[in-house]
Amino acid sequence: MSILSLKSVSKSFGALTVTDDASFDVLQGQALGIIGPNGAGKSTLFNLITGNVRADGGSIHFEGRDVTRASAMERCLIGIGRSFQIPQPFEKLTVYENLLVAATHGRNLSEAIVRDDCADILERTELIRRANVPAGRLSLLERKRLELARAMATQPKLLLLDEIAGGLTEGECQALIRTIKDIHARGVTIIWIEHVLHALTSVVERLLVLDFGKVIGLGDPEEIMASREVQEIYLGIEV
Amino acid sequence: MIWVDTVIQGILLGGLYALFASGLSLVFGIMRLVNLAHGDLIVMGAYLILVLVTILGLSPFLAALIAMPVMFCLGWVLQKFLLNRTLGDDILPPLLVTFGLSIALQNALLETFSADSQRLPTSALTTASVQAGPVSLGVMPLLTFGSAILVIVALNQLFYRTELGRAFRATSDDPTTASLMGIKPANIFATATGIAFVIVTIAALYLGLRANFDPNIGPARLIYAFQAVIIGGLGSLWGTLLGGVIIGVAQTLGAAINPEWQILAGHFAFLLVLLVRPRGLFPRAND
Repeated sequence: MSILSLKSVSKSFGALTVTDDASFDVLQGQALGIIGPNGAGKSTLFNLITGNVRADGGSIHFEGRDVTRASAMERCLIGIGRSFQIPQPFEKLTVYENLLVAATHGRNLSEAIVRDDCADILERTELIRRANVPAGRLSLLERKRLELARAMATQPKLLLLDEIAGGLTEGECQALIRTIKDIHARGVTIIWIEHVLHALTSVVERLLVLDFGKVIGLGDPEEIMASREVQEIYLGIEV
Repeated sequence: MIWVDTVIQGILLGGLYALFASGLSLVFGIMRLVNLAHGDLIVMGAYLILVLVTILGLSPFLAALIAMPVMFCLGWVLQKFLLNRTLGDDILPPLLVTFGLSIALQNALLETFSADSQRLPTSALTTASVQAGPVSLGVMPLLTFGSAILVIVALNQLFYRTELGRAFRATSDDPTTASLMGIKPANIFATATGIAFVIVTIAALYLGLRANFDPNIGPARLIYAFQAVIIGGLGSLWGTLLGGVIIGVAQTLGAAINPEWQILAGHFAFLLVLLVRPRGLFPRAND
């Protein structure tokens, strides 16, 4: 069953078309990777799915429900969670408080109910020792983990990860991949935009290639990476 | 001995200034909104209490208790339907709108209550005093100071111990991200202003019991509130209390030397602190 379905979605900013007739389905429990050169419209695609940007045309269905006109908040409440390319924690709140805000407001529940969940997420994202530190004092890896943890705290059915591995050392990257695999193993559907290809391909089962806002390839990661079209456009290699 | 007495009176007066300032500080801290009508709102609160006292024959304290929920609603509505629309990247619109509000309020009060100065009725309690060693302390100034401490403790508890407080801090940090988490910044701001108006009512009660008031004294109260907030360092409530105390002590000392120097001495103290610590005594780490 597909959890997310985009049909002919398009978006322009003035004369610039950033999403051009994009159609694809994401199956329940799947991990989909999205690649494409800078400016291909990857982040815009995420914004269209989360509702931060409204589509000009086409439709977006989540769990069979038309969410094309739903606000970002409504989509958060029905289970679409995201992390940002540039971590945006509440800097003056502690790590634990950051999670509490996401959990209580993102799920409309009282603090008493979500407290254990939040502690559990901190454990899994290896932030538990930093729980009472203001988020502004975290390292880059910890900030990325917090982005992940905060998205998890809203209990998403679909989790969107935006270049979460960027800027990390190889060791940090491996640690983050473990956490993402763990989240995926629990049945959360993941869509992941990433430039760090080996990180991406170690997790995702399908790969989508975007270029000038168009979907130019979708399928098995190895086949996609091997295709002539992708090598030419994405890797810039003349074949 | 007279000097000890003067300093203590000044400290207690600082409590009143801290009450003036707390509401201003709360609103600024959460939404970066400088409310230039704050002083006039305090005066309006005092008139509201006066009306309740006159019509219902209540004691001023009881009247203030009734005025609090009324003022909360007024603050909520004002923020939700007027001030929220002025917030944005540009800091000028909120300044202009609250400045206009200040003028409109003064004139409305003048029209309704005339320029005659008023005072909340005093009772045995308001003139009573207690003897502490060689100094005699007025019960009212003590109550005022105690209330200021209570308000600050309550605000700190609210901020750091409750879900609402967390939403306040999250919104103050980053309204856009907060709204992605399901928080509605417009309602959070409205609630914050509502709470500020409750504090305004408490300040209005002690203002009306301590001295005469008329529709034109608002702007001067605003200045004292600003000075207390800035001396303390923006965003620190205990700093605000200390700021109030510094102005209070400076004023009573100035008045003890020469009654004409009371207000001037407070302003001098303010300038002096700014010369030494331009960011106030307890500035926030990043602003």
